[in-house]
Order: sequence, then structure tokens, then C-alpha cells
Amino acid sequence: MPESAMTTATETLRTLPGDDARQIMWRFSDRFDLQMLVQSARRVARGPVAKMVADGVRNSHDWTSRKAEMLREFDESGITSVFMDPEHGGYIEGPKNLALALAAFELAWVDGGAATCSLATGLALAPIHERGTDEQKQRYMTLSVPGPGSSPWRGAFCLTEPLPYVGVETGLLGGKVSIAEWNEGEEPVLEVSKRGRFITNMGFANYVTAAVDSGDERIKGSCIVILEETDPGIFDRGTPARKLVHQLSSTNDPAFRLRIPASRIIGGYAVKDGQIVPNYSHGEIIEAVFRRTRVTVGLMTTAKLLSAVEPLIRYHRDRFRGGDQVAPGSPRWELGLQQREDVLHRLIDVWATGEAAASLGFAAARLFDQLDPLEREKDRALAALGLRGTAAFKTLRNRQKEALELIDLRTQPPGRRNAARLAQLEADTVVGFLVLDALANVLCPAAKLWNTGHGANVMREAVSLMGGYGITEDCPGFLGHKWMDAQLEATYEGPEAVQRRQLSVTMTNEVFLAQFRHWIGEMRQIAARRPGTGACALASAMQLWLWTLDHLQTARDASGVRLFQGARQGVTFALADALCWILASRHQILDVIELEEKGPANPVVAEGLDGLLAFFTDLCHVQVARAAGEVGRICAELVFGYNRHPAWDDESYRGCYHEDELLAIESLIPGMSGFATDHEVIKADGSHPRKAGPCARFAGYEDFNRLRNRLDSCLTGAMLAKDRAARALTKVMIPAALDYPA
Amino acid sequence: MSDYYHIVVCGGIAPDPLQTLEPVAGPALKNELMLPAVLDPWAAHALFEAAHLARSAPGSRVWLVSLSPKAKLQQVMMTIAQKAPFELVVVDGPSSGFTDSFDVAAAIAGAIENIAGLDRSRLLVFGGWESAARGAGTTMQMVGERLGIMDQFQGVDELKAEADGSLAILERIEGGRHQVSRCAGPPALLGWATGSLPEPPNQPQIGMANMRTIMPSLQRAKPAALPGDGIVFRKVALPRQQRDTRVVKDLPADAVAKEIVEWIRG
Repeated sequence: MPESAMTTATETLRTLPGDDARQIMWRFSDRFDLQMLVQSARRVARGPVAKMVADGVRNSHDWTSRKAEMLREFDESGITSVFMDPEHGGYIEGPKNLALALAAFELAWVDGGAATCSLATGLALAPIHERGTDEQKQRYMTLSVPGPGSSPWRGAFCLTEPLPYVGVETGLLGGKVSIAEWNEGEEPVLEVSKRGRFITNMGFANYVTAAVDSGDERIKGSCIVILEETDPGIFDRGTPARKLVHQLSSTNDPAFRLRIPASRIIGGYAVKDGQIVPNYSHGEIIEAVFRRTRVTVGLMTTAKLLSAVEPLIRYHRDRFRGGDQVAPGSPRWELGLQQREDVLHRLIDVWATGEAAASLGFAAARLFDQLDPLEREKDRALAALGLRGTAAFKTLRNRQKEALELIDLRTQPPGRRNAARLAQLEADTVVGFLVLDALANVLCPAAKLWNTGHGANVMREAVSLMGGYGITEDCPGFLGHKWMDAQLEATYEGPEAVQRRQLSVTMTNEVFLAQFRHWIGEMRQIAARRPGTGACALASAMQLWLWTLDHLQTARDASGVRLFQGARQGVTFALADALCWILASRHQILDVIELEEKGPANPVVAEGLDGLLAFFTDLCHVQVARAAGEVGRICAELVFGYNRHPAWDDESYRGCYHEDELLAIESLIPGMSGFATDHEVIKADGSHPRKAGPCARFAGYEDFNRLRNRLDSCLTGAMLAKDRAARALTKVMIPAALDYPA
Repeated sequence: MSDYYHIVVCGGIAPDPLQTLEPVAGPALKNELMLPAVLDPWAAHALFEAAHLARSAPGSRVWLVSLSPKAKLQQVMMTIAQKAPFELVVVDGPSSGFTDSFDVAAAIAGAIENIAGLDRSRLLVFGGWESAARGAGTTMQMVGERLGIMDQFQGVDELKAEADGSLAILERIEGGRHQVSRCAGPPALLGWATGSLPEPPNQPQIGMANMRTIMPSLQRAKPAALPGDGIVFRKVALPRQQRDTRVVKDLPADAVAKEIVEWIRG
């Protein structure tokens, strides 16, 4: 390590972060139910699941009896019943977004397919949980809870269909529902015809929640229906998908042609003018479902990144041990590849990304736990007013002003704000919902997009750090499998383009932006107290992003076409990507601050806390530097990139000074011509600097440059932080062996 | 005749066996509090056996008495509490081997004597025959002595409750053999070897039920009085033979045995 890096904090990372620290950072230190769930899921993941992967059980597309053992493990360990409320046989009270996220995180630490398998039953139940009738909830939730000596019902969620519709639009459905029988005074019998593709759990599901469109003029619109394996007709599980990833989960392409009672329409229906009108379209239900489950998928990739740290450290340290040329006790024996800065720096990048992604993902999961009860209250409040659909949407839009007022009041100093008005708005369910909802609409796609998309890229880096070993089945930590699995996580439940499209809309919501503006001040305040976190650089990146968003919303390209619009994904998607970097870094910093504040009260965390905080702080700085770089690059590309490149023509000459003009100015006010140094000067003979054209300029050029320069200078110290963190990797104690087989 | 038991399991915590241990001045183990911990493996076997026995004898109760740092014990409980129903009694103190077994036994026996509702006539004290952390080999005996329990069995692998209320106990003896002992019934003290039961799976429902008593118990835990008079550690060092962990797959048992023999022969 170069000399410049030797400025050290006295304390450094002593051991890998333990559960106690994580519980504080991810805010479940007071949730014993969740702590137990974590231990339970971990035992399954690092026990039977890891053994299956090590035994090569993944090397088959079929759902085998060995894979089915995993379901029994899920049942016995409580993973299966995480989704259910106590009234239906579950054991976790209240919203379960964080619980599901933690369970999936633990399972994905070893194998993504196992996590997917556990989540898929929840996904099948989610439409029923979110929008089902009381009877539907009672039946399917209760049946899905493992009982003593009995297997629970397991479900599959069937949305995607064979080509041409698969993956294109969730709004386009080939599956149809029609009325088979409708006798006077009796419940209608429906005929459902649906083919699915890439349907998880299909190899063993007892029931399926399937999205279908009306194929009968007596049924209005689309809906989701529940199909049971014993319904009359065809319940064909189909052939297993020949996927290269997540092989511990069952994925088939099923086909259904079944007759079911109309009471299986999720959420129920009304009959109007002789027509069945489902209470919820499939789109309404899917929106409610996916906005929650996507966060969990994001965290699955994150678990892979963090799980790679320990095996990589061990591999690097032990790399040369056993060779005749390397004597025990020598630096090469002790440190192995950790003698090389590149290895350490790259692993720090992997770790920092994992930390940021975990912080973003768990923050999003917690947010949905907050949002769930508010959303239900909001629905009740609007229903009480007789408002649904478009009318409800309009009402919410009209109340955005109050949400903005609430955000403004919250950020004002207590002595100067209207406390009565604040209390009034805080007590208003709809207003509170609007504030959180605006945030959830950004955090959910951000966590799914960044954690999986960028996470998959960084997972490749982790694999490369294991050398050739990384792409073998014997690689400790199964890193090669995890890299491939990450690609699926970036794709299912809405690929990256879907998340970017959602973000490009939700990130311009004023209620979100008002909160975002407040965060800039928040980061500056943190920077004043803990400059080592890089919070100052992040605040500068946020300012630059915000400026760029404002600029692009009114700017036009060289042809006069508006830049910020739905079809211009080169603009909107890129800006969405930049926002994700910011959000991840912000939550990473907030988690470290939480650890700093709460850690001393826990004796286990308090021991070694200084070293852990110093290391995590450096990781924040490293990650912020990377985020700032990405934000700066993206913003510069967008702000400059759509302007025509200047050339030495009449139009560009108008932005230049002529030599005689400068002389005249200088004669009036000596030294004044210096201000033109940034501009091109045309000499008296018409000659100009030898380059393609004058320097680019546009309205706002100076403001952008000022912000960009400030951002660059805010990177001060970031590489020193990386050096310190790298050095900590050479000293941290790790266990003698991985706690799961490989 | 009553056939229920009041079973008190004594068990401390120990660093996860996969962790790297290194003595430091104190004496203590390097970063001991920060390392993941588990319930002492021998005590864990005793707990699983206690839960099994309690299930077969209606009306039985199980307590786990633990002299451990309570913050660390809380983490361990997140796993252990899911394994079997029990009530926790905590004595807050160090769990390492650098404590005098005389003091440890006194603290544990005192905690048992203070358990409300404990029927001493039906008492079975379970613990580890050995310990991963403080394997003095004397602690359980002294706990029994302090409680006035004369029937003591060490290296227990099996306990059967007979129809007449007596207990048949399989004890390990020298030469890899077992001895069958009988005693009329409780009270008795059993230092368990490995027992014969597998580790139960985690069941969060059981854990949630246990937590109702475990958390209050952790919160009201009092510091242990461990005077340690006269104990001086002149030197602390790692064993000369250190663990050399190697992960191998698909190696036949013969090959494993051959390798071990070669290793022993040096």
C-alpha cells in the first residue's frame, strides 16, 4: 500500500459485521419475531439448501423429490407461514414486507432459486391478500399454513404468457374468461382459458392466481381468478422451463382450461345491466402486488454481493498457502493476494455496493410496512365518500398541495412553524399516505432496478476476484451460480426497462421532489458532523441531478424537440439511473448514522464499534464517490449531449469575441478582457483556435459548470477512504471456514 | 404418583466453532463478544433431551439457566428459543473459560434455588458433561452438591423414564463403553454427552411463545457474583495443534480414515 494511504484511524474493522449491528442498521433490533425468522431462514439456507446446491441438485430443470424437501424445510422453519396473519395461522403481526425481505435475503445468501421458491407462494397469495374478499382470504390463507403432519396448499401466480405477449406488456393478455353457465338466481360458472410461461411453483402448485381478460361481452374488462387443481377441465402443469438459473425453483409453462364459480374472481364482482363487473381489474391488483414484491427481489441480489465478501477474503488470504516457496508467517503466507492493492480495492467496491443496496432495499421494505396500514385507511376513507377509480385518483391529486404543505412544515424549525396545522396534517390519513406513497413509488423501482441491474454487474466483479475458481461449481459461496441468478432477478417481476419507465414518471412527482430537496440539506448537516461519510459530495450530486432534471424538463434538442418526455428514454431512463445511485448512497449513510447513534447502547455492538463505524464510513465515502461520478457523467451527457456540436460557422461566431472587440473593452476598463478567456476569440484576420469549433454553451451553462465543478472537488478524500477500507480488509478476522458447504 | 418433571438445564454460550479464537490479555478471547455465539453444544444436547422428556411427561416444565453476557445471550436465544419450549433464567456474567468453576457453580445453583414454583422433589438438573467454553469438568458436580442432589450421572447418552418412576441412564465409561445406571427418580443431576436426538428444526411459533418470558428475564437479569479470589492466569496460549479446516467432497469413508491415521502418525 502506498505511503499516502498510511494515515490511519486508530480503530479498524475487527470482525465481519454481526447480527447485532445489522439489526440496528436495518431497524429490526426491537423485532424479535424478525430476528428469529432470520435465524430460521439462515439455518435452512446454510443447511439443507446449501447441501442441495453442493450436491448438484440445481443441475436439472425438473422438479425433483430432492428439491421438494426444501418445501418441507420451509414449512417446518416457519418460512412458509411468514406471509400469513396470525388470524390465519401465521405468527407475525402487521405488515410483512420487511419480514419477507429478510427471509428472502437469508435464502438468497446461498441460493436465489430457493428464495424465489419461498416467495412464489406469497406472490400467489398476494392478489388475494391485497384485494381478495374476506371469504377468499380466509380460505386460501388458512389452507396455505402448514399444519401438524399436513402439507399446506401452495400457489403459483400466472401472469406472463407465451409469445407474442410475454414480457411485453402486463396489460396485454391472451388468457380469457367467459361465462359457461348462468342460470337464473345462481352464481355464474366461468370458463377460464389461459396459457402461462415461466410460472414459478407450477410444478407443485395446488392453486393458481391467473390474470385473464374478458372473452365474453357479459364480463367487463380483466380480472384475476383463482384456479384449483381439482377444478373440472384441464390443469396442465406444462413442461419445465429450460432455464439456466434459479434451478431450485420450479418454473413451468402451464395451460389451463377450467370451469370455476364466479366467486373465484379476486375481490368479487358486481352485476350491472346483465354484465359481470369485477371489482378490480388485473392491472389494479398487479400494481398493488408488484410494488411490494419487487423490493424483495432487489434484496436477493444484494445478499449475493454481501455473501461474496467472506469467501473472497479467505481465498485472497489463503491463495499461496501450502506452496513450497511460501514460508508460514511470511507476508505472502499471511496476506496472499491481499498484498495487491487492486484486489483489495475491487473487493471494497463489491462490499460498498452491497451495503448501499442493502440499505436501499431494506429502507424500501420498511417504507411499505409503514405504507400498508395507511393505504388501507386511505382506501376506507375514500370508499366512505363513495370514491373509486378515476374519482378517487382526482381526489388524491387535489390533495397533493396539503402533502406538500406537510413536508414543508416538517422541515421548518419547531419554533417557527404552525404546530396546530402540522398536527392537523399529520393526523390526516390521506395526506400522510400521499407523502409516503410518493416515496414508495420511487424507492420500489429504484431498489429493483439498481440492486439487481447494477448488482449483477458487480457480482461479475466478485466472480472475477475468485479467478478461474469463480466459474466452477466448487467455488466457495457458489459465486458463479449467483452471478447467473442475478441476471434473472434483474428480469423477472418487471425487467429494468419497466422499472426505469416507472421511475421516469414517479421521480417528477412534486411530492417526491419536495422531500428530495429537503434531503440535500439533510446531507449537508450530516456532512458537517461526519465529513468522512461523503455526505457533502452526495448533497452536491443531488443538487446537480435536481438542476439537470429542471433543465431537461424545459430544454430542447438541436432539432427543437422536447428532451424530457416519455418516448425519449435516452433522457428519462438515464436520469432515473442517476437517481438510483443517489438514493442508495443516501440510505447507506443514514444506516451508518443509525448505527453510530444506537450502537453504543448495545454492549455487543459497542465492543469494536469505533472500528466498524470507521470502516462503514469509509465504505459510504467510496460509494458516494462512485455515485457522484455516475451522476456527474449522466447529467453532463444529457445536458451537453443533445446540443449540436459547434462549428466555425456564422451561428457559432455569434458566441465568440472578435479580437478588436476585446481591445476596445480593454481600453475602457483595463483587465476586463480577461473575462472572455472562456470564450473563443476570433482574430482580426478571421482565424480561430485549431479545433472543431468554439466551446459549447447553452442557457444555464455557468450554473451547471459551477455545480459540476463543486461535485468534482467534493470527491476530496474519497480515495484515501478507499485505501483505509482496503487496509481494514487485510486485518479483519474471519471464521476458519464458510458456514455452509460448497 | 406424579410423573411430571421440573427440568433445569444449565447452559452457557460459546463462540461459534467456526470462529478463529485467540487469547488476549485479560484473560479473554480476541473479539469474543463480537463473534457469533451458539449455545454450548453439550448444553444444547441437554436442552433437546429435556424438551423431549418434558413432551413425554405431561405437566413437566423446562428452564434454561444461563450464566452468560445477556446481550450476547439474547442473540443466541433468537435461534435456541425456536427449538423447544422453555423458560429462561439469566445470570449476567462472562461465559468464557476464564472463570472459576467454583464461582460459576455457586451462581448457577443460586439462580436455580430462586426459581419460583420449582418442585425440588421432581427436579432433574441437566447440563453438559463437557463444555466448549469452560470445560473444567467440575461445574455440574458442584451445582448438584450445592442443591443437595446426590444422584449424579456424567457422560449421559440416554435417559429413559421407566413405568415405575425410576430412571434408566446410559453413561459413557472408559474404553468407549456404556454403563447402565438406575436411580429411583428425581431429584437427579445428569451431565449429558451428545445424547441421541437430532437438533430440532427452528420453529418461530415456539420462539414467539418463549419470547414472552425470555425478554423479561433478560431485562431483569442481575450481574453474577464471581469473585474469582485467588485465580491468577500466569499464561494463556493457543493449543499447539491448531485446527486446519479443509472442505472435501465425495471422499469415501476409507479414504477419510486413512488420512486421519496418517495425520495422527505425523
